[in-house]
Amino acid sequence: MDTHAYFPWFILLAPLVSAVLIQFFTRKSRSLSATISVGAVCFSLLASVFVFFGPDSAKPNEIPWIELPGLHVPIGVMIDDLSKVMLLVVTGIGALVHIYSLVYMHDDDGEARFFGNLSLFMFSMLGIVLADNFGMMFIFWELVGVSSYLLIGHWHTRDTAAAAANKAFLTNRIGDFGFMLGILMVWSAVGSVVFDQIAINRHLLTANPVFLTTAVLLIFCGAVGKSAQVPLHVWLPDAMEGPTPVSALIHAATMVAAGVFMLARISFLIEPSPTAQTVIATVGAVTALLAALMATQQDDIKRILAYSTLSQLGYMILAIGVAAPGAAMFHLFTHASFKALLFLGAGAIIHALHHEQDIWKMGGLKDKMKWTFLTFTAGYLALIGCPGFSGFFSKDAILMAAYNRSWLFFLPALLTAFLTAFYMTRLFVVVFLGEARSDAAKHGHDGPAPMTVPLMILGVLSVISAYGTSHYFLWEHEEAHHVIVPVLAIGAFLAGTAGGWVLYKGQAKDPILIPLFKNKFYFDELYAALIAGTQDLLATMSGWFDKWILDGLFVRGLSGATWGTGFVLRFLQIGNLQAYAFLFGLGVVGLIYFLVFA
Amino acid sequence: MLTLIIFIPLLAALGILLGAPARKTALGAATAEFLLTLFVFLSYDKAKGGFQFLSSTPIASEWKLNYLVGVDGLSVLMLLLTGIVTLAAIWVTPKVEKREPLYYACLLFITAGATGAFASVDLFFLYAFHELALIPTFLLIGIWGTGERHTAAWKITIYLGLGSFVLLIGLLDLYLAVPEALRTFNLIDLQKLASTGVIPAAAQTRPYIFLLVGFGILISLFPFHTWAPQAYASAPTPAAMLHAGVLKKFGLYGLMRVAIPLLPEGAKVWTNLLLILLVGNIIYVGFATIAQKKLDLMLGYSSVMHMGYIFLGVAAMNTIGLSGAALLMFAHGLSIAALFAMAGMLRENRPQLALDSFGGLAKHMPALAFAFGLAAFASIGLPGFANFASEMTVFFGAYKPAAGLDASHFHLAVIFALWGVVISAVYMLRAYRAIFMGEPGKEAAAWADPFKALRWPVVLLLAALLIAGFAPGKFLSLVQPGFEAVLPK
Repeated sequence: MDTHAYFPWFILLAPLVSAVLIQFFTRKSRSLSATISVGAVCFSLLASVFVFFGPDSAKPNEIPWIELPGLHVPIGVMIDDLSKVMLLVVTGIGALVHIYSLVYMHDDDGEARFFGNLSLFMFSMLGIVLADNFGMMFIFWELVGVSSYLLIGHWHTRDTAAAAANKAFLTNRIGDFGFMLGILMVWSAVGSVVFDQIAINRHLLTANPVFLTTAVLLIFCGAVGKSAQVPLHVWLPDAMEGPTPVSALIHAATMVAAGVFMLARISFLIEPSPTAQTVIATVGAVTALLAALMATQQDDIKRILAYSTLSQLGYMILAIGVAAPGAAMFHLFTHASFKALLFLGAGAIIHALHHEQDIWKMGGLKDKMKWTFLTFTAGYLALIGCPGFSGFFSKDAILMAAYNRSWLFFLPALLTAFLTAFYMTRLFVVVFLGEARSDAAKHGHDGPAPMTVPLMILGVLSVISAYGTSHYFLWEHEEAHHVIVPVLAIGAFLAGTAGGWVLYKGQAKDPILIPLFKNKFYFDELYAALIAGTQDLLATMSGWFDKWILDGLFVRGLSGATWGTGFVLRFLQIGNLQAYAFLFGLGVVGLIYFLVFA
Repeated sequence: MLTLIIFIPLLAALGILLGAPARKTALGAATAEFLLTLFVFLSYDKAKGGFQFLSSTPIASEWKLNYLVGVDGLSVLMLLLTGIVTLAAIWVTPKVEKREPLYYACLLFITAGATGAFASVDLFFLYAFHELALIPTFLLIGIWGTGERHTAAWKITIYLGLGSFVLLIGLLDLYLAVPEALRTFNLIDLQKLASTGVIPAAAQTRPYIFLLVGFGILISLFPFHTWAPQAYASAPTPAAMLHAGVLKKFGLYGLMRVAIPLLPEGAKVWTNLLLILLVGNIIYVGFATIAQKKLDLMLGYSSVMHMGYIFLGVAAMNTIGLSGAALLMFAHGLSIAALFAMAGMLRENRPQLALDSFGGLAKHMPALAFAFGLAAFASIGLPGFANFASEMTVFFGAYKPAAGLDASHFHLAVIFALWGVVISAVYMLRAYRAIFMGEPGKEAAAWADPFKALRWPVVLLLAALLIAGFAPGKFLSLVQPGFEAVLPK
């Protein structure tokens, strides 16, 4: 192996070593734990830069994990354009969030545990990025679920956090149910879980379109869970119970994008199935639109951003569905920095305002938190697709791809662009402009350097990250360009911004109330009823049946009648050893007798 | 060597009954047991394969009855499991209030019986050793149990007695199915005979169903499972660990060692029935687990549920499924032992173990919360632990079952089994949240943290789970050749 082959392993192992050290050895020391964790992620970042400029992996670079005749699941790394850029996104944003957390989590009793879990997350996420086969991807897929559970539940004494952690884990598991089944289907047809092997033998799958579509859609279920698409989107807004750096890194920039990454990884399986493409694009479009509608009526700053994340993820999934994985990855790339920025900015506000998250208790922060305001503005403009900012270009690529496929996908995407500009302007105006609406907001201030410097770096990235990088993503298709698409997008941006500005400038409380949006289309209520009506009912019935019928009536009745309960009972109360020995002896003698004379 | 492994606990038990210091002797014997099984595990020659460490003593030559011990990859793995769980179980044993010598002797008898059963290559001894291990289990529940111990004890006695009886009939039926001149108890010889087809396919159906039901009762196969949760809830902690962790695996071991290799055609006839029953284990019992409101009952039910996954691997009758099932036995044994050990610690403060009587323990007992979390993660099949690797292997094996089995039925069973993975997350996370998360009650601050003194046995169990979880390939390749050799080509 040449030296280049080792670097991916360094990237992967550094956070694992950090996680193990912190979890098992340095939990007592908060500063040491934080240092180890930050050191590990910086190391991974450096190694990722090195890998980025190095060659693609030409031959399998793996160690065996499960090796049985007919089943080969290695731990192997795959370096290509896709994983290279994703490595940079994950370690880059990861490093900034780690540094930011040094301040944000400084007064937290669980700081060491937090950094340990953050390292565990980095390890898991990098494993997904590097995986060269479905088996390994599923391993790390489950592991990001674990670290997400642990980090959402970081403040475990809060009941809401505990509930949110469970909800996130279970919703993801429902998606993974399909994912694993899909993997099994692909394996049963191709005989391998390794991506390269599947690509070579894909004719075995494409020969049977129904089989292929089923398998792809099952695998897609995994992405629906992880990337929080409708109908499994309900966990992500609740996941905001976790510390804000976690929301930025895991629930905005990286982990939730893993579904998009995975679909881009297997785009060679999706493209031969038009039905699967249509379903995927529909799910993406519906999520983008619904989440944007929900975002217009939320009051919690983090939740607004969370619904915005859902909506942007919907864009990416839509792009996958309209056969533009390059555009999806491009948007993933730009979104990662500006959405992480928005969350970290929100975190700075929440930190300064003593854990106030209601935007209607903020206001007038423009002058008090200058750096936060400036950087947040950059992220805001990037998200709403202001021409010249990074988000404009990547969103344009997706709108173009949707336009080329069908008006049915383009229209919701365009409408989402309008809504995005609207609800983000609402947030921006209410939080930063006007008068302070609470005491806390009157005393807002910028955080120290480890907090503001990551904001500045991300702010710069939000502006420039689309320049000179688009060719890296949009290499695959020469999409037909239509001038109408950017024109309409700019129109949507202007209309949304103006609408938000006019409606919310100078308002002390929300002038609009749309219960359907505010209550998130009643998904949570619907699911609660569904769970109560099916799972809880089934559980109660099974428990009751087991206790009173299978055990109570059947077993006890039967055995009681035949054996004489009292006799056995007495027997045990005495604990009569001789009697046992006698019975045992009798059994053995009987056995021998039977054997000999049979 | 193997005889030493079987007789050390036996002699230690006798020594204790004759007056040797109970806990010290038991701990010494358990440590020796652990080291010896580890030695056998490490020194088993994979390249050579087959049965090793063979040793034979004629008992009654006119009946061709020999005390014959030897180990292949599967038995090596089961011996190691026994060694680890025995040490952990005896280590965590709390202060015994009454008849301490008998208590420890019973535990050691279970170990002796289990190791004897796993090391025997002779059908007679395989059966007899298991019987030896069952009786002390009944005693432990009946004498030192908690809660409704009498009901639990008589139920498990009758149930497992019945199971053993059905099993005995099956074994005899199998024995008699071989032509008279060739009859033997020697499993290696029987295997050779079976591969030459001395037991015609038609004659395999009846003995197999007896074996399936007999072993099945011992494994708590649905619907013969109702003895298990209550027995584990009432049993003293180390007894629950040893039975759920080790002894219950005897039934599965028997299916893998005796029923499938010797009666493969019979097994195929009953595959659909087994699939239905194992889905009952996973789905029906899974839902019943969600309904439980006490930790011990919940763990007991979850242990019954997880048997369904092992059955699934066995039912597939291919090397992938069986190897996965073998590793899953190992993994489940360790994780359920760890969970029962920690449930025992929680019992010190809340004897009833009602889930809603806890809350927020993570604040005052962070180490216990951490360890319990790891064991819970292992139990619901998260990566890093052996349970995940082996469940995954079972799924792969079951999705492409052996030739002659209907794959579409297996696909259906796999779908149910995968849904079971969601179910197990539901109850386990719910319990974890109820016990460890949230704001702790006022009195919890004053509770003693038993984990401080007893962490090493739990660490031992978890470490084994992690090692096997990170390098499952080493364990799978240990058991795989044994299955390859006995499965019909």
